[in-house]
Amino acid sequence: MDTPVCETEVEIKNADGLHMRPAMQFVDIANRFDCSITVSSGETTVDGRSIMEMSMLAATVGTKLKIKAEGDDAEQLIEALRELVEEKMFGEPPPKK
Amino acid sequence: MNLGDMMKFSDFICFDAVIPDLGSSDRDSVISKLVSALDEAGKLGEGNCKKITKAVIDREMEASTGMGKGIAVPHVKHKAVKDVIGTVGLCGVGIDFSALDKQPVYSVILLISPVDFPDRHLQAMEKIFTHIQQEKFRKFLRQCQNAEQIEDLLKEADEDPSL
Repeated sequence: MDTPVCETEVEIKNADGLHMRPAMQFVDIANRFDCSITVSSGETTVDGRSIMEMSMLAATVGTKLKIKAEGDDAEQLIEALRELVEEKMFGEPPPKK
Repeated sequence: MNLGDMMKFSDFICFDAVIPDLGSSDRDSVISKLVSALDEAGKLGEGNCKKITKAVIDREMEASTGMGKGIAVPHVKHKAVKDVIGTVGLCGVGIDFSALDKQPVYSVILLISPVDFPDRHLQAMEKIFTHIQQEKFRKFLRQCQNAEQIEDLLKEADEDPSL
């Protein structure tokens, strides 16, 4: 049986972007699931379970990230990450108008 | 990745403030030494040194910036600076940074970022992490014996993104 694969695109919405604390929250969730996961920003693709690699993305507010998960609970992982990035916005404020 | 757009170490590292031998295994005193070095180099404005030191330590208490593999990147946003400024310190004995991998830290990159330009902070982080995740760079950095060697290595990394 093929391993389930799930993909989505999310947009960074908090003003400060994907700095270290948000990146840590992201990696924490990614490591709770039994999936491999890649995150792409433009031409850069990194391992979504590595804080060092995620910190390399320099994703500013408005940046769109492609997230691809592979594993039995890929769909749940993608949903959890989408919620973290777009709905909870890492618990941070959006840009001031 | 468009490397032409990437920030360079020489854009934000103050080479006059690098410390090749921190001579302490205590996290807070290491942070204090690095902030003081930036202050002595005239990068932090009047009377901000203590406040910034405390802010960096407070940030560290929230979550360790010991990223593993012997590297820590303590940082804070502070209104005293108008653009990102940083420095590097090395320590042969290993510092307890409560790092993610629970291992001691031998190379510390301190970053003070402006409050109003979050993107500059991210660009400096991008530069730092592009290199520190490479074993070769971590090894070369740890082997530096003096400030000149640190400066040479970082400038070489500015020219060679694969380092």
